[in-house]
Amino acid sequence: MKGPIIEVNGLRTSFRTDDGEIPVVNSIDFHINPGEVLGIVGESGCGKSVTSLSIMGLVPSPAGKVEGEILFKGVNIANASEAKMRKIRGNEIAMIFQEPMTSLNPVFTIGEQLVETLRIHRKWNKKQARQRAVEMLKLVGLGRAEELINEYPHQLSGGMRQRVMIAMAMICEPKLLIADEPTTALDVTIQAQILELMKNLNKETDTAIMMITHDLGVVAQMCERVIVMYAGKVIEEGQVQTIFRNPKHPYTVGLLQSIPDMRLKKERLYSIPGNVPRPGTSNQGCQFAPRCSHALEKCLSETPSLLEFDNGQQVRCWMYEDGKGAALHDSTIS
Amino acid sequence: MFSYTVRRLGSLIPVLLGMAFIVFMMIRAIPGNPAQVILGQQATKEAVAAMTKELGLDKPWFIQFWDYLLGLLTGDLGVSLKTKSPVSEEIVPYLMATIELALIAMLIAVVIGVNAGIISAWFQNSWFDYAAMVIALIGLSMPIFWLGLMEQYIISIQWDLLPTTGRDNIRDPVEAITGLYLLDTLISGRVDQFSEVVKHLILPGLALATIPMAIIARMTRSSMLEVMRSDFIRTARAKGMRMFWVVYKHSLKNALIPVVTVIGLQTGLLLGGAILTENIFGWPGIGTYIYDAILSRDYPVIQSGILIIAFLFVMINLVVDLLYAAIDPRIKYK
Ligand SMILES: Nc1ncnc2c1ncn2[C@@H]1O[C@H](COP(=O)(O)OP(=O)(O)O)[C@@H](O)[C@H]1O
Ligand code: SF4
Ligand SMILES: [Mg+2]
Repeated sequence: MKGPIIEVNGLRTSFRTDDGEIPVVNSIDFHINPGEVLGIVGESGCGKSVTSLSIMGLVPSPAGKVEGEILFKGVNIANASEAKMRKIRGNEIAMIFQEPMTSLNPVFTIGEQLVETLRIHRKWNKKQARQRAVEMLKLVGLGRAEELINEYPHQLSGGMRQRVMIAMAMICEPKLLIADEPTTALDVTIQAQILELMKNLNKETDTAIMMITHDLGVVAQMCERVIVMYAGKVIEEGQVQTIFRNPKHPYTVGLLQSIPDMRLKKERLYSIPGNVPRPGTSNQGCQFAPRCSHALEKCLSETPSLLEFDNGQQVRCWMYEDGKGAALHDSTIS
Repeated sequence: MFSYTVRRLGSLIPVLLGMAFIVFMMIRAIPGNPAQVILGQQATKEAVAAMTKELGLDKPWFIQFWDYLLGLLTGDLGVSLKTKSPVSEEIVPYLMATIELALIAMLIAVVIGVNAGIISAWFQNSWFDYAAMVIALIGLSMPIFWLGLMEQYIISIQWDLLPTTGRDNIRDPVEAITGLYLLDTLISGRVDQFSEVVKHLILPGLALATIPMAIIARMTRSSMLEVMRSDFIRTARAKGMRMFWVVYKHSLKNALIPVVTVIGLQTGLLLGGAILTENIFGWPGIGTYIYDAILSRDYPVIQSGILIIAFLFVMINLVVDLLYAAIDPRIKYK
């Protein structure tokens, strides 16, 4: 297929609260090509989950409002009808979540939950669907699949449940898999196995993955291209290699410094001082300014726009207004 | 499930023994000689002595209890002082009448209550939600006897729509087969009698159903609201499932767990309420039977009536526990 599988233009998702309508995702643009793994990173609370729910058409209504364009295979699905979205969800765009322990229904068997997804979208009979469910469980590396199918979620470990979630998401061979922090709740070894599995699935099928995480380590392992989000905005975008070697935005630099490095065995990990601003607190200037050690006068009053460099890297920071500022990287990482 | 059922039945034995003991002691807790009380102050000494012997009151209490238990095991509930016939035979038609009324009332309460609760939760804060919850609140604060009398006054007397009292048309009485008249009239193919029986059931059934219906509706609503916020509901929606099935399958089965407890509890309380309702609507059930026995101091009847109601309580509890295990797979493994 030509062109991106999904293209998001000026997506703005806001919630109606007592303090008025507050944008949580504020005019973001990105695209994912067929078969590509795109990383979306950012600290918790910066709007990653809301972005994915906007694509799925699952932003809670009527409190939530989605504006902008979400082109799936070239067709705008932002605010599409429920009937239309139902045909896409689980079928062409599937999603897995952060909490494997609670994302499966405790009162239905693994088999029932897998078969159900298939029977929503395909006219298969029970036997065929069951057969396929067993195959999927094997595909995601679960042994004794024939028995597992009759077991309930509480009989499985967190890692196994996440594998079941992946099997369920992949059962209809979706074009896009949205993985919202799929390994955050798992311990390190299991995390590595799940990432390995997803990477293999991505290679074997032509399913593109939107890999949401707050961990750049996951991005390094999984993705070709990455988007860094901060306070509902894209603040940096580029090839993973470029961004790791030459991060431009001070926030990205901070994120990179807070990756645990096994070789250095530092006592305490670096973390960016301060917190993600609560949505709606300020709309003026650069959202990162209160936490930025490079902040200029201008940063507090005017919002920077996304600048593109020759290598395709994009950054939203006043320091690069003149197209320079490459010294930042060398001076901050020491 | 089978071993759970067996275990659960086993645990009933001490409960049933305790129940029998309490009922056994009741008649002995009457101040003075029960034989004297039963026979009245004018009775001769010989008569009292004979009655004491007849009741076995001259033996040590544990022998009496043993005899009483043996009697119960062989279905011997004693002899009515008033009619001189065995209580175990006399009580059956009354018992069936109560069971029929209670079943119909619970059916009305569960079907309407559960659905009202589901729809209220699904469309939270809609006009339906508000209306249903206001009606439920009114239903809750309504004394049964007052409701029963109002029903009779308006629907039967003013509008002349339904009969005021009884189970069937006195001029064309139903011939008991099982004692459940709805069933009996169908078995004997008497459609005219069936509709008479239905007409007689409506008012007492509604009066009895009102409070449990209100409680079930409120419980279902709050339980559904909680379940519908769960991660696995988001998963179900992300699969592309229709909202109807998300609500009636994935949410309801989880939400039913606390609702089943309430239904069990209300069924028990409803048996208590039945005594009052039966009185108002001249329903020839166990409430009426006990009530008459109290007026004529027919102790064996009172004793057995209470024992039977207590027994029904225990059975309802058993059914609730089994339902629990059937709904929630986690229970069996605890
Ligand atoms: N239903 C909602 N109503 C109001 N605010 C919400 C809602 N869902 C999310 N938010 C807010 O949106 C912001 C971004 O949330 P989220 O997308 O979950 O962040 P994350 O990047 O950690 O996934 C948070 O500040 C959160 O409080
Ligand atoms: S725009 Fe200013 S405040 Fe924002 S990141 Fe760049 S230097 Fe820091
Ligand atoms: Mg999130």
